[in-house]
Amino acid sequence: MKKYLSFFRIRFIAGLQYRAAAWGGIATQFAWGFLTILMYRAFYETSADSFPMTFSALSTYIWLQQALLAMFMFWYFDNEIFEGITSGTIAYELCRPCNLYSMWFVKNMAVRLSRAVLRCVPILLVAAFLPDPYGISLPQSFEAGALFLISVILGFLVLVSLSMLVYISAFYTISTQGIRMLATSVMEFLCGAVIPIPFFPVVLQRVMYVLPFASVQSTPFLIYTGYINGIEALHSIGLQAIWLVLLMTAGILLMKCSLRKIVVQGG
Amino acid sequence: MIELKNISKTFKVAQRSAGFSEAVKALFKKEYTYVNALRDVSFTVQDGEMVGYIGPNGAGKSSTVKVMSGILTPDSGECIIDGLTPWKSRKEHVKNIGVVFGQRSQLWWDVPVIDSFELLRDIYKVDESGYKKTLSALTEQLNIGDIIKTPVRQLSLGQRMRCEIAASLLHSPKILFLDEPTIGLDAVSKIAVRDFIKTLNRENGTTVILTTHDMQDIEALTERILLIGKGRILLDGTLSQLKNRHSTHKTLTVDYIGEKLPEAENMTVVKDMGGHAEIVIDTSLISVSQAVAQISASVELKDISVTGESVDETVVSLYKEFNI
Amino acid sequence: MKLYLKFIAIQLKSQMQYKASFFMTAVGQFLISFSAFLGVYFMLSRFHSVKGFELPEILICFSVVLTSFAISECFVRGFDVFPRLIQSGNLDRILLRPRNEVFQVLTSNIEFTRFGRLLQALLMLVYAVPASGIVWSFDKIMTVVLMIIGGIAVFSSLFVLYAGISFFTVEGIEFMNIFTDGTKEFGKYPVSIYGKGILKFYTYVVPIALFQYYPFLYLVGRSDSIGLIFLPLLGFLFMIPCYCFFRFGLRRYKSTGS
Repeated sequence: MKKYLSFFRIRFIAGLQYRAAAWGGIATQFAWGFLTILMYRAFYETSADSFPMTFSALSTYIWLQQALLAMFMFWYFDNEIFEGITSGTIAYELCRPCNLYSMWFVKNMAVRLSRAVLRCVPILLVAAFLPDPYGISLPQSFEAGALFLISVILGFLVLVSLSMLVYISAFYTISTQGIRMLATSVMEFLCGAVIPIPFFPVVLQRVMYVLPFASVQSTPFLIYTGYINGIEALHSIGLQAIWLVLLMTAGILLMKCSLRKIVVQGG
Repeated sequence: MIELKNISKTFKVAQRSAGFSEAVKALFKKEYTYVNALRDVSFTVQDGEMVGYIGPNGAGKSSTVKVMSGILTPDSGECIIDGLTPWKSRKEHVKNIGVVFGQRSQLWWDVPVIDSFELLRDIYKVDESGYKKTLSALTEQLNIGDIIKTPVRQLSLGQRMRCEIAASLLHSPKILFLDEPTIGLDAVSKIAVRDFIKTLNRENGTTVILTTHDMQDIEALTERILLIGKGRILLDGTLSQLKNRHSTHKTLTVDYIGEKLPEAENMTVVKDMGGHAEIVIDTSLISVSQAVAQISASVELKDISVTGESVDETVVSLYKEFNI
Repeated sequence: MKLYLKFIAIQLKSQMQYKASFFMTAVGQFLISFSAFLGVYFMLSRFHSVKGFELPEILICFSVVLTSFAISECFVRGFDVFPRLIQSGNLDRILLRPRNEVFQVLTSNIEFTRFGRLLQALLMLVYAVPASGIVWSFDKIMTVVLMIIGGIAVFSSLFVLYAGISFFTVEGIEFMNIFTDGTKEFGKYPVSIYGKGILKFYTYVVPIALFQYYPFLYLVGRSDSIGLIFLPLLGFLFMIPCYCFFRFGLRRYKSTGS
């Protein structure tokens, strides 16, 4: 366990090194969130009745999304891992006394978290001081806040285990770029990054809630805003946990198979 | 003719330090240090000369090459190559030069070599008949006729390097800069590359400036050496001057029949196994022929060889002497 | 020009070496913009209109932006991946050749997989044109063509500006995304829906309203002033400062070598 922790630390510090990147990212995400909210405002002003939530809840949702973007953006992949697989330098990693799945998992978590930590505080701070209904508001209730914390951690883990599947797919194809794009487009759409899930037609919403993608960012953010509450929130969190177990098991099994293949073929 | 006068260049480098708190601090403040990459560098290279440019990593070799090829503008100083200042008239200047980077490729990775050649022909506006003549001469001399239709990514390093050199010469430049052209090559390819450069310099009169860490390259190719360290030219002279200046000791290895080797102040027997011995002489006190005469006067010589300090050793001691 | 075609040929040949990857990427490009389309579609099926614009009109607008973005990205991609060109040292190689630097950067990377995105854009146009109820006279067709051309000019300028900035900071370059990707993203809707301030910004600072909004008003019949047709051509003016900035960056690169 300790080795994973120190591994995490190294990656985390490395991620913190990029000062200019962090400021650039903060500026971008702030502008992005702002424009997105203005876009929804246009819809809100056109027909407030069709809006599935309050406008202030929507703003909160968007700011959470921007602040935690580095944690939840699917398209951020570690090229080192892909190159390691395609060029075969992965053999060196296999020599280390670590489980490869756990190592990559930790690596991914650290990179994403270090980026998110740098960026989320300034964005949340500014968003908190924006006038209502454009800013971020506090969680709907104390329980919502507590459940959000659990849910956001689960969501993050689900995301990392999903991206692990994409890394593992690199064992089977030379075209990782294609896979990445395909996976990203499907993922972004179904997890509510293009438009939040409550804005979809009702039939689609039902399907989307069951799929693992909703567990990533939609569930925690909707719990925070109070859109999902009470017993329903507990159900969603349960679903997140189930998906996490399933996805991690699938990843570990697939990894074993592909590593066996590599060892047999000699890379 | 290449003429550099008092070229100086300073870079600003951002500091980066380790640790968590340092990383956070660096978010708000960055510290810089200044590095003098080139300090008052001056030298002249005549047409048709072949010059070895040596120095440890970070000494300023590649900065000098960049200045001479027009990629880098120095802070001060003058550089005139065939009447042009490289960084001022880039386009005209680069027509006259060819550059080979040993560690980087200029060929298009996924297509056959010949496609890259033809594109370069168009980029440099080489006319068709001239191109054909140059190409056939190059393919023959570099022995790349068989591999010219293969995609670059499938070539071995040695094959690729020969193609790189050919690519840099398609426009028949008057000056060729070679930046570590033999790095990572096997012995056969190294020799092939060296032979080719030699021929090119002798027969076409191409001026060659060669940077390398491989002292065998220097020994095989160049008469004149420029040694740079910490951005300063430390030495400009011939290889033998360099050796002589630094080392006056030579080792004589002799096989002999006889009783006893002569003993003298200026000759030290460092090893004697009866019939085979090594003797070190100081050439400032006694010449090699005098020493040989003295030895053969007392014993019968069967075989003798004279070795000086190797170039590598010379360079290492030079680095030490100049403290770089 | 002949040389440019040669470069296109060699790039195409290179990319065709990895056919599977090529088509997967193209399909991915298609899907990414398709999901953006679905986003617009679902929003409009819920709200029916936004600030008076209905789905077919919005799709025309979206399609123009996406078409010009896809085309610029395909041919000006060299500037889009310019930081990599600097880091790999290939910019030095470019400077060692006796040709214009901008021309060489343009030809250093031509990304044909972008036709996936272009296809998606054209499909939207095909759907929206009959559905919009616009009477397609010569001047309206002219308008669409000029909108796309103007869009290509503005997007290309943005990519050149992006490359210029990467001479100064490679890390901090991310904020330029708000102008390149952001324009593509938020240009889905006529930029007036974001409010007056944003419209001004998009008119005078990053002039995308010149090709996306004002001529669009004429196209859908909300304005009669025929002069709006030619407004996209002003986008070419935007090229000048961007190009100058790139030259400025290049000069600095030559003096720092980094």
